[in-house]
Amino acid sequence: MLEIADVLVQGIMLGGLYALFAIGLSIAYGVMRLVNIAHGDFLVLASYLALTTIALSGLHPFLAIVPVAIAMFAIGYALQRWVLGRTMGSDGLAPLLATFGIAIILRNALLQIYSADARSLQIGSIATDSLSFGSISVGVFPLLVLLVSIGLTFAVSLLFDRTSIGIALRATSDDPETASLMGIRTGRTHAAALGLSFALVAVGGVFAGIRTTFTPDIGPASLLYAFEAVVIGGLGSLWGTFAGAVLLGVAQGIGAEIDAGAGVLAGHLVFLAVLVLRPTGLFARTR
Amino acid sequence: MTSRLSYAVTRSTPLSRAAIWLGVLSAAVALSVPLWAPSSFMRWAVEVMCYLVLAQMWNLMAGYGGLLSVGQQAFVGIGGYALFVFAQHLGIHPFLAVPLGGLLAAVAAAATAPIVFRLRGGYFAVCTWVLAEVFRIAFSNVSALGGGSGQSLTVMARMDRPLRETGVYLIAAVVLILASLAINLMLRSRFGLGLTAVRDSEAAAESQGVDVRALKLQVYVLAAFGSGLVGAVYYMSVLRISPPAAFDINWVVAAVFIVVIGGIGTLEGPLIGAAIFFGLRWALADYGAWYWLIMGSVAVAVIVFFPKGIWGWVRNRWDLQLLPLQRRLIVRGR
Repeated sequence: MLEIADVLVQGIMLGGLYALFAIGLSIAYGVMRLVNIAHGDFLVLASYLALTTIALSGLHPFLAIVPVAIAMFAIGYALQRWVLGRTMGSDGLAPLLATFGIAIILRNALLQIYSADARSLQIGSIATDSLSFGSISVGVFPLLVLLVSIGLTFAVSLLFDRTSIGIALRATSDDPETASLMGIRTGRTHAAALGLSFALVAVGGVFAGIRTTFTPDIGPASLLYAFEAVVIGGLGSLWGTFAGAVLLGVAQGIGAEIDAGAGVLAGHLVFLAVLVLRPTGLFARTR
Repeated sequence: MTSRLSYAVTRSTPLSRAAIWLGVLSAAVALSVPLWAPSSFMRWAVEVMCYLVLAQMWNLMAGYGGLLSVGQQAFVGIGGYALFVFAQHLGIHPFLAVPLGGLLAAVAAAATAPIVFRLRGGYFAVCTWVLAEVFRIAFSNVSALGGGSGQSLTVMARMDRPLRETGVYLIAAVVLILASLAINLMLRSRFGLGLTAVRDSEAAAESQGVDVRALKLQVYVLAAFGSGLVGAVYYMSVLRISPPAAFDINWVVAAVFIVVIGGIGTLEGPLIGAAIFFGLRWALADYGAWYWLIMGSVAVAVIVFFPKGIWGWVRNRWDLQLLPLQRRLIVRGR
C-alpha cells in the first residue's frame, strides 16, 4: 500500500516536470496553431545554454534560469517573427515542416559544439535532500519543480485571462484578421507567444538538466512527452495540460514499477488509450 | 469575317512525350545495371532507390493527401522485420518475403489508422511518431527477434554472392519502377483526381462528393505498403536489422527533406530532391554532423522562400509539365 503511494507521489512529481515541458507547446498551439516539432530540441538547447552560462559566470543553476529564459524568449520571438511567420497562411503544414528542419539543424549544431558526451547541471546537496512525510520520503528538488510548475501554470493562466497581452493573445488565436482590425499587431503578438513558450521551455530545460544527464539527441523524447500531456489534457486548457502531464508522469512511474524498461511505453499506451476513449482529451474546454 | 477556332483538350505536350521516353530509357538503363556495374555501385544504388521510393510515398501522402506523417519509420521497420520473420524464421525465400513486408506494413497501418486519424494536421503528425515509438519499443522486447540489439539475416549468406547482389538490386529497381508507374497512373485515375482535389481544398473536394476520409485512409495504407517494401528491400541489402535503426526518425527526416526541397505535391520533385540529398551527402561525406546541419538549413530556406520547392518554382516560372497529369486547352486559329 505504501509502495503504491510512493509510486504515485514520484509520478506526480515527474508530471510536474513534464508540465513545464508541455505548457510552452500548449501556448504555441493555442495561439497560432503551431505544432513545434523542434520543441524538445529547444528544451535541450536551454539545458546547454544554462551549462555554458554557469561555466562562464559561476551562477547557481537556479539563478541561471533568468538569463537563459531571456535568451530563449529572444530566440523564440526572432524565430516566429522572421522565419515561421513567413511560412504561415495557406495551411498548417509549412510551419510544421520548417520546425522539423530546425530540429535537425539544432540537434546537429549542439552535437558539433558540445559533442555527444552526457552533461548535467550540478546544484549540490539539494539534488539529493529529501523530506519525510510519515514513511513516504519526498525529494526536495522534485517537490520544488512541482511547485514551480504549479506556480507557472497559475501565472500563465492569469496572464491569458487578466492582462491586455493575454487578451491580445486570445483575440489573435480566435480570429487573427479581426484582431488585426482592432489594432493588434498579429505578427508581433505571435512572436511574443513563441517567446513566452520558449521562456517556459528554458525553465523546463534547466530543471530537466539538473534532474538527469542530457545529450544533444534527447529532444524528441521530451517533445513526445510534452505533446502527450497536451493531448491527454485536452487542447486549449492550461490546467488540463498540467493534469495531463501529471497523469503521464504517474503512468510512466507505474509502468517503470512493473518493468524497469516499460515506463515510457506505459505513458505512450495511456496516451493512445485516451485518444481512443476521449479524443478531445480529459479536460477539454469547449471552444 | 468570322474567325474559326478549333479546340482540343490534351494532357500530353512534346515535352511530356520526351519525358516519358526518357523515363522508359532510364528504367531500361536501371535494369541493365547488374550487367556492367560493380557491386559497390549496386549497393549504393539500392540505398538511393529505397530513399526515393520512401520519399515518393511520403509525397503521395503529405503532398496529395494532406496527411503529414512523421511516423513512416513504423512501416519501414515493420516491413524490415517482416522480411526477417518470414525469411529467417519461417524459411520463405527472402526475395518472395519482400511483398509480404509491404503487406504486413499495410495491415499495421489499417489497424492503427482509427487511432491516429482521431487527430488532424500537426497533431496527427506527432501521433504517428508516438505510434512508431510504440512499435520500436515493442520490437525491442521480442527476444526471438534479437530484442534491442537486433539480428542478422543469415539465410542470405547461403545464397551465392553475385546472385544475392543482383537479386536485391533488381528487386529494388522493380519496386522503384512499379511505384513510379503506379503513382503516375493512379494520379490520372478517378482516385488521383479526388486526391488532387483534396490537396487543393479539402472542403471543396468534400462538397463535390469526394469521400475525403476514405480517400485519406486509402492513401495512408498505400503509403505504408510502399514504406514496408522499402524496409524489406533495404534490410535485405544491409543484412542486419535492429529496432533503433529500423524505427529511426531519420527515415522520415530524409523523406521530408527530399520531398520538400524538390517540391511537395509534384511527382518530379522527389527526383530533384534525392539528387540534392545524395549529392550533398557525397560532397560532405567526411563532415558528419555538418551534412545534416546544411541539409536542414537548405530545407528550411526552401520552405521559407520557395514553398513549392525547386520543381514547383521551375514549373511556375516556365510553365513546364514533365509528366502528363494536367489537362490543357489547346486553341488553334484557322
